[in-house]
Amino acid sequence: MKHTSYLALKYLVVLAWSAFVVFPFLWMLSTSFKSANGVTGGATWLPWLQYEPSTAGWSALFGGPGGVNILRPYLNSVIVTLSASALSLVLGTLAAYGLSRFTFRAGPVRNGDITFFFISQRIMPPIVLAIPFFLMLKTLGLLDTLTGLILVYIALLLPIAVWVMVDFFNSVPRGLDEMAWMDGCTPVVTFLRVILPNAMPGLVVAGMFCLIFGWNDFFFAFTLTFTKVQLLPVSIVALNSSVTPWWALSAAAIVSVAPLAVLAFVVERFLSRGGLAGAVR
Amino acid sequence: MLEIRSLSLVQDGDTCLDDVSIRFEPGQLTTLLGRTLAGKTSLMRAIAGLVQPDAGSIALDGTDWLGLPPWRRPVAMVTQQFINYPHLSVLDNVAFPLLRRGVARDEARDRARDMLGRVGLADFTDRRPGRLSGGQQQRVAIARALVKKAPVLLLDEPFVNLDYKLREGLREELIDILTAETGTMVVYASTDPREALQMGDRVVLLSEGRVVQAGPPRTVYGAPVSVAAAQVVSDPPINLLELDVAEEGAEVTGLGAVTPADLGRALPPGRYTLGLRAHDLRLGGPHAAHVALTEVSGSETVTHLVLAGQNLVMLERTVTEHALGATIGIGLDLTRARVFDATGTLVPNGADHG
Repeated sequence: MKHTSYLALKYLVVLAWSAFVVFPFLWMLSTSFKSANGVTGGATWLPWLQYEPSTAGWSALFGGPGGVNILRPYLNSVIVTLSASALSLVLGTLAAYGLSRFTFRAGPVRNGDITFFFISQRIMPPIVLAIPFFLMLKTLGLLDTLTGLILVYIALLLPIAVWVMVDFFNSVPRGLDEMAWMDGCTPVVTFLRVILPNAMPGLVVAGMFCLIFGWNDFFFAFTLTFTKVQLLPVSIVALNSSVTPWWALSAAAIVSVAPLAVLAFVVERFLSRGGLAGAVR
Repeated sequence: MLEIRSLSLVQDGDTCLDDVSIRFEPGQLTTLLGRTLAGKTSLMRAIAGLVQPDAGSIALDGTDWLGLPPWRRPVAMVTQQFINYPHLSVLDNVAFPLLRRGVARDEARDRARDMLGRVGLADFTDRRPGRLSGGQQQRVAIARALVKKAPVLLLDEPFVNLDYKLREGLREELIDILTAETGTMVVYASTDPREALQMGDRVVLLSEGRVVQAGPPRTVYGAPVSVAAAQVVSDPPINLLELDVAEEGAEVTGLGAVTPADLGRALPPGRYTLGLRAHDLRLGGPHAAHVALTEVSGSETVTHLVLAGQNLVMLERTVTEHALGATIGIGLDLTRARVFDATGTLVPNGADHG
């Protein structure tokens, strides 16, 4: 009896929490299929269920009346986020391995200072970086281009990758490198065949951070592009007008959050298989 | 033959190795015996190429090794920590060094399987090392070191992190395996004199980064060349007593006057140190000592005593429980003492007793 009550309580708590988490998404989903009246008028009896379905919100995302076509911005966001994240991960992992395994000395500067220098890039408010980035891209002729955005995003994501990976490499014993050397591996082979596979949880975590930060950025996507290139967050804002189109914004929010939800699902599978054992310290 | 000449290494201001010269012969097991920070690990790391010495040379059969990076040196090493590749199965761990040396995959796995059988892990080939016990993990590391058939095998206190029973068992197994390997130069580091004397064909005593003595275990144990050597090779610790010899007679601090007959030899005037092993003290004798601590280990008893302000250790081959603080009469067989002069160097007497 006591066990059953405990089980019931447990499920109740889980259900309550699930409702708390899922409810905004369901609300968003139902709103995306409503018309203007459906959103503002409200239901007679059953809220969130009783309304006249309309695809106006979704058609607005694909160039319908009062909308914009988000396909191209969506693709741009995918290209910029994936490219910048992948390159940041490659460069950040190499830098982190160097900082973890070799001693650098330049005057009073040591490894810890260099690592802090990387992460300090993220401590500054974005607005501090906006003007230098703007001027640099302008000089290079890369304003309003995907290449320019990828370069800027690498500068933004690299500190995250370095920061996460330095800690992970520090947790992989140095003895493992030395054993690999004695087993005939050069330092490069040691890194690729021994250290990297053991830092896989760190790579997943760093990669996830990079993808989330890259995908969600609005500020730089907005300040460094004009008409030729637009990223998803900017195009979603462009949906707004004098009357807030909640139905279209809801649909946009769903398509915008979908990749991250899939990513969270995949990482959760990896996590539950023990793939991230020891990853979260 | 691996020849080390005048090797010196200073790290972070600490002298790890100081003018070390040793020769390792093929087919010989050499034990490096010394306390913690004596330089054993530093010497092994220098041989493996993991640290670059500040001076000296290392040569294998006349070929200089100092210019070779670790991945080009034909060396295998097992460390105190159980270091294996966590992402590989036990079989792939052992096959790894062979694959890196260009051995075909099937052959590498066959040889790895064979070696795992020899270390008693034939049934664990598909497991990850993390799912094995400490002893099994160290067997994987040993198998990986042995499978390479490197001419130089370095074993840096490989069993120190294992429990006593397992350590004894694995040590015997390792000796069996090593005797089957011919021509390998095995270097075994240990802090345990009993282990070192039991295992090695030759013992090298290290203290504060210097070689204090090298030779067959019996010689090194029987005639330690200095106080430092006697301290390193003795377990339980050797008792050191001050001896003052003058024209009118000799006196041992804490014991009083002694005659040449008591010492079994006549010594010229001067200050000496007598090194008396714990088993050369016996229960029942003229000297009253206070019991400070009694340790019973198996069938032996080690009693820590205080005699006239001096700390002494007595080993009895029986189990005897002495009450803490009790006063007991002890005898010291000074004829069996090693005599060291004022510089700490052995004064030979021709005797080579245990």
